[in-house]
Parts: sequence; structure tokens; C-alpha cells
Amino acid sequence: MPTTIAALVAAHPLFAGLPADTAELVAGCSHNVAFDAGELLFAEGGPADTLYLLRRGRVELELSSPGAGTLVVATLEANDVVGWSWLFPPYRWHFDARAVQPVGAIAVDGACLRAKADAEPAFGYELVKRLTAVILDRLQSTRLALLDIYSKGETS
Amino acid sequence: MGASSPWKAQHIAGAPNDTAPARTDAADATVLDVEGLVTLLEVLARRGYRVLGPRVRDGAIVHGELSSVADLPRGWHDAQSPGSYRIEHTDDEAFFAWAVGPSSPKREVFPARSVAWRGRVSEGEVAFEDGDAASEQRPTALVGARPCEAAALGVLDRVLGDRGAGDPHFLKRREGAFLVVVECATPSGTCFCDSMGTGPAAGNGFDLALTELAGDGGGHRFLARAGSEIGAEVLSCLPGRPADEADRAARTALLERARTSMGRVLDTAGLPALLARNVEHPRFDEVAERCLACGNCTLVCPTCFCSTVEDASDVAGVLERRRSWSSCFDLAHSYLHGGPVRASTMSRYRQWMTHKLSTWWDQFETSGCVGCGRCITWCPVGIDITEEAAAIRRSDGARRGRRGGR
Amino acid sequence: MTAGCGLRPRPHRVVGRRRLAGDVVSLELEPLEGEPLAFRAGQFNMLTAFGVGEVAISISSAPGEGSTLHHTVRDVGAVSHALTASRVGSLVGVRGAFGTDWGVDALEAEDVVVVAGGIGLAPLRGAIEQLVSSRTRRRRREGAPEAPHPGEHHPPREAREHHSTQPRPPHLHLSVLVGARRPDQLIFEDDLERWREAGAEVEVTVDLATPGWEGGVGVVTALVPRITACEPDRSVAFVCGPELMMRFSARALLDWGMDPERIFVSLERNMQCGCGICGHCQLGPLLLCRDGPVVRYDRTVASLLQERER
Repeated sequence: MPTTIAALVAAHPLFAGLPADTAELVAGCSHNVAFDAGELLFAEGGPADTLYLLRRGRVELELSSPGAGTLVVATLEANDVVGWSWLFPPYRWHFDARAVQPVGAIAVDGACLRAKADAEPAFGYELVKRLTAVILDRLQSTRLALLDIYSKGETS
Repeated sequence: MGASSPWKAQHIAGAPNDTAPARTDAADATVLDVEGLVTLLEVLARRGYRVLGPRVRDGAIVHGELSSVADLPRGWHDAQSPGSYRIEHTDDEAFFAWAVGPSSPKREVFPARSVAWRGRVSEGEVAFEDGDAASEQRPTALVGARPCEAAALGVLDRVLGDRGAGDPHFLKRREGAFLVVVECATPSGTCFCDSMGTGPAAGNGFDLALTELAGDGGGHRFLARAGSEIGAEVLSCLPGRPADEADRAARTALLERARTSMGRVLDTAGLPALLARNVEHPRFDEVAERCLACGNCTLVCPTCFCSTVEDASDVAGVLERRRSWSSCFDLAHSYLHGGPVRASTMSRYRQWMTHKLSTWWDQFETSGCVGCGRCITWCPVGIDITEEAAAIRRSDGARRGRRGGR
Repeated sequence: MTAGCGLRPRPHRVVGRRRLAGDVVSLELEPLEGEPLAFRAGQFNMLTAFGVGEVAISISSAPGEGSTLHHTVRDVGAVSHALTASRVGSLVGVRGAFGTDWGVDALEAEDVVVVAGGIGLAPLRGAIEQLVSSRTRRRRREGAPEAPHPGEHHPPREAREHHSTQPRPPHLHLSVLVGARRPDQLIFEDDLERWREAGAEVEVTVDLATPGWEGGVGVVTALVPRITACEPDRSVAFVCGPELMMRFSARALLDWGMDPERIFVSLERNMQCGCGICGHCQLGPLLLCRDGPVVRYDRTVASLLQERER
């Protein structure tokens, strides 16, 4: 029987369709967390140690800059993934992540997940593929924003 | 939409229209002599038409007002090849021994420049006056149009008439017009109406069709057929005799000679689909290296229908919307805020050619090309649409390199 | 239903004018005489700034929404500049309505996903208004009785109203996704709020958030997988915005699981006559003023938009 947390992990798109024992594997590194509106999930420059699987609420990825105030680079919602810097040395956050609505999420311990991925390369490869798909989506969105797709009717 | 197809409405009941197979026989033709042609011009003038026809002007055979048969280009021939047109005079007695000149009947039903409307805005109101078409009192009779030109008017009927819900000015001019087609005996080096099924025999779309016969021992004469009620009425006013077997045989021989002396051939088998699947063909880059994007082909084409409008106002507060021909070779043609959609010559030539031979079918269920050859003759660098299509057919499926040919 | 090719514009008076964003103005027009012009949501009119010229502008009101025509104009050229500068009381010429529409009247029980980029919301506004105000749509899936079987007694209106005792706003199965470069380039914000209150799922996102912006940040395509009010297999989608945005949005809708036959886009070319005679709005086999602006995003259209014009 999957534990409650394993069921929640399996229900998140990042881990959807994985075998039950893999969900258990991830669940072993996971716990439920909640943030109030305004609270930081993590802060720029801090140690990146957690993968957040958002279940509800909204999170802003932002940067604070003197004079310019807060620059929001993306908003993330239920079923999105927050944070991938825990996967890559030097494991530091590049942005602030702030809950702008009450947030419910599964926090997956980064070091724990890396250890399991190292121990089971098949799982590790699957994990990296799925995270890369998320990163690719964000990259494409960023490119579209750079292209300023709302501005003109150009065809190419 | 019956009201928007005046030409069809004029046909004799049971006579061919543009959906029926063309009727090209001359079973019930009347034979006119040169005096008959003289009378024809007089009858048309008497009926109130502004009579236009071919005349020699500035080294070309173009349409102009005719006051008598003396104005016709009797004895003139034309020699045409890609990028070249010249006329020469001989002692030939024929009036119509040439192919086509740079002007087509298009300009009579769709002038190069016109006024869509005039108006005055004052006291919070707009007072409109009519544009050009409404004030033109006299309908036009065009004598000496070619079968390919009658076909081109049929194409314009679909474009500017039926399918586009009807350009009112075009419809008005078209409604009143009288068309005398003269079948082609002397196609030029750039003609390919036989490939397009629009000539050299006149199939439909005319009020009167003439075949000029000379030099066969039967004397200089014309076989005349009516293609509409009003055409029959006019024909009945002309002095003539019923055609006999020798007349008909002479016409058949003349048309056969014409068919086999076309300067160009276009293989139309599966042509729309061929071009539709070859929009990335490298040939478009090659032709773009030669094409000057001057738009001559669109100006001389008897079916090119693009127009643009410009609003103007004078100091007295009179507003005018002016309409003029435009060309898909103009950069401004495809302008969308931010710039032209088709900026390169490649894109513009491709648009023109694929529209004529392929997407015209999608839009208007007919070819946009009637095979008159004008675009070949009047292209300053002699680009030949039949050769371009043949080149694509020879290497169907070729695709240009990723960089394209700039 | 598209208007014939009358070349003369019908004079209208500007009876309302509102600046929606920096260079975007909405005009309310009323005919000087005669019935208001008939149209369907998604169609466009040719608007004349007298003495300056004529330009194609989509209609942003809904059929039957008041007696005035609503046009949203972005100041991008001489004519649109004159139109955006026109004052209340001045005259504007109107020819139309032209082209294809979103087909809202033909919809039955479909969920509707609307994706708008920038001023692309303007041609969609009328369709959304129609959907929001249609009661039958509100009632679906809310425990209200389905359409009665033939011969079945149709309950009187009061009774049907009473039957629906849902405390929360009726659910429209309508998702409106709106993207803009910056918050100050969003239009129809009051309408967005009203549609949300009426039960539509309304999500707004911008590329560049500015201080005070509390909505989403990111491109509009990222909102597609987050849709909750509609199901991909029972939706139709209406997409309008610049061509790039529409291409990427259509792709996102396909990835979400939609059938390309049920995705519609509104295309723009240099329309000059509105009625198929001037030849400027050629797009391959399409004459967009006649065959568009609203076209199905099928293979032909998808490949036309990717054809390399240079």
C-alpha cells in the first residue's frame, strides 16, 4: 500500500505514470509543506536543497533589485515544479520563490533524491529526463517572451 | 447570383454559358464581306455604343476608339517572343492577322484608375456623389477581342462579379458591354491558349464571333456567329449569306493551323497540385534572380485584378476615394503593420505564379491564366511562365537548401 | 452572411471613445440613419477616417449588445491614427460586416477555450460576451435538467430557475486565457473581471511584470496545460493574436490534447476591400477577407503559416 505521501507524489505530473515502487522511493525523501501568502519557499543565493511539487496556490520566481523593486520572472501554479538548482552544483538558488497565495506542496529532499538517483541509474535517468522536459518548457517560454510574440503580426 | 452574372443573362436560351462545354462549331454561321464589317461598326455606333477596337499606336496594336474600319490594323502582323514585341506592315488584306497587343479588354470593364466615390463631409453629415462608373452613360462595344480575352472576361466575372459578392462598378460596365470576338488565325510566339482551352476558336462569352477568311479562293470574308440575344439582333441587321461547306472547311483549316502554330505549350495535367506541393522548389529562387519585380506581367495580364485605394481631399472639402490597379510585385501589396509579408522577389514571383496556375482554382474554381502569352512577351527579361512550370515539373519535389537563395 | 461589395461607407457617429491602453482606443459607433449594422462575432468592418483612408478593424461588441458598434483600434498607421484620434461626435465611415465568424451560434454543448494575445482579445470579445450571456451554457453540468426529450413538457422558466440551487456562480465551461507583454497593454480588464464573476475561468499573464502586478508572469501558451474549466476532448478553441502567438498557442492546444479540427484562429492580412475584389489579402488558397479572418487551424492553415515568405 502506498503511503499518503507516495500517492501524492504519484499524482503530480512530474512523477505521473512511474511504477509504484519508484513513487515510494521518491516519497521516502518527501514531506508535505505549506506556505502562507508572502512567505519565501527559498531565497536567492541560499543552499538549493529541495524540489517542490506544487499542489495548490501560486508561487512567483522573483529577483529583488535596488531601485527596480521586485522583478517577477515567472509564476507557477498547481502541478508545476519549483526548483531544480538542487540537482546541479554548487546547489544554490538563482531566484527567490515566494508564495503569493497560500501554497501546498510536497518538498522532496534534493540530496536524498540525488543519492537515490546515483544508486539507481535507471531511476536517475528517468528523473533527469522528466526534469529536463520541465526545463525545456521554461526555456521555450522564455524564448517566446524574448520574441515579444504579442507585438506584431510578422509571419516569420 | 443571377444579377451579378450579366453576361450569362444575355445568352440565348440554351446557348452555351461558361459551365457548358464550349460550342465552337459554325453550323449556322452567316458570311459577311468587308462591307458587312463596315456595317457592323455603324450598327454598333447607331445603337449608342462607344466602339473600341484594335488600332496601331506607338508601335503596338492596342485598343482605342474606332470611327471606321479604316482605323483597324489592316495588313499588320505582330512578332512576339519572350521579352520582345514588334509589329510590321505587309500588303496582306487581313484586318486581324496578329495575336494580342499589350492592352486587354480588362481595362474597359476595370479601368486602371477610377473613382470609387466622391463625397463631402459638412455639418456632421456626409453627402456622397457617384464615382466614375455611374456617370458613364455609353456602354462599350469592343470589336476584335480574342477568344482568350473573352475567356479572361469570364474569369473576371467570377472574381470581380460572382464570388466576391460583386464589384458594383465592374458589374455596371460589364452589363452594358458588347463583345465582338475574332477567332485567332495567327498566334504569336508566346501564345498557348490551346493548352489552356481558351482558343484559338471562340467557345463562349461573346455577343458576336467572327472568323476572318482570306486567301482560300473564297474572297476576303467573315464567318459570323451570335453568342447572345443581342448579338443575334445585331447580326440580323448585317448584310450576309448563310455559310456553306467551303466556308466552314476554310475555318476548320484555319483553326487547325492556328492550333499547331502556338509558340508555347503548358502542360496543365495536375498543374494546380504540382505547384501546391512545390512551393519550396529551388526554381523559385532561380527565377527570382532574373525577375525585376517590375510588375509588367500583372499590368498586361487580362485577369490580374488587384487594386488599391487611396483617399484624397481637396481644399474645398471634397473627398475622393481613388482606386487603381496594383500588383502583387509591389512591396506594399502585402503590407501588414510592421512590414510586407512578402519582402523578397522570390516570395512575390511565387505568389503571382502559384496564384495564376494553382490557388486561383481554390479561390475561383478556374485557372487564372488563359494562355494569352502577354506576361512572357512583356517581361523585360523574358521570364516564361510555361518554362517555369515545366522546369518545376521536370524536378517535381526538389526543395531548396536551408539557406534559400538570396 | 457577408455584406456585398458596396464601395461607399455608411456614415456613423462616434458616440463613445475610451482609451484602453497606451495606443489602443475603443470607439462606439452609431449609424446616422437606419438600422444598426448586422454582424456576427469575429467578423470585421472597413472603417473610413474621412479624408485619410480606410482600414479593416474587427468588431469587438457582441451581436445584440446594445445599439452601437464597438471597435477597438490600435494606432499603427495613418488611418488607425486618425481613427484613434477621432472625437465623440465626429463621423466615421463603416462598410461591412465582412468575413467569417467564430461560429458561436453553431456551438452546442462544447467547452470553449479562448486564447488571446495583446489586442487579439478585441475580435474575441463579442464571442465571449455571447457565451457568457447564454443561459443554456450556464446551466450545463450544474444539475439543471438537460434539454427535454421530444414530447416532454418543458418546465416554465421560474421552475427551471428554481431548480438550479447552486450557491456558487454557474460554471460556463469557458476558459479565457489572455497574454500581454506588460500589464499596461491589457485591454478589457473590466470585462475580464465580469466574465470571471459570471463563472468563466479567466487567466491573465504578462511577459514583464511591473510593480503592483499581481497576476501571472509567463507566456500565454503556458496557461493552456493549467486549464481546469474545460476538457480537451470536448472543447473548441478560438485563438487570436499575432501570428507567432497563434502558432504557438495552437501547438500548446494540440499538446493539451485538442483536435486540430476544433481550433480556430483569426488571421490578418492587408485587407483593403473586405469583399474579395482587391486581391491584397491572399494567403495561398485563401482570400482572407472572404474565406477568413476566422479559419480552422487545419493542416493547410498550419503549413501556410509556416511557409517561408521572405
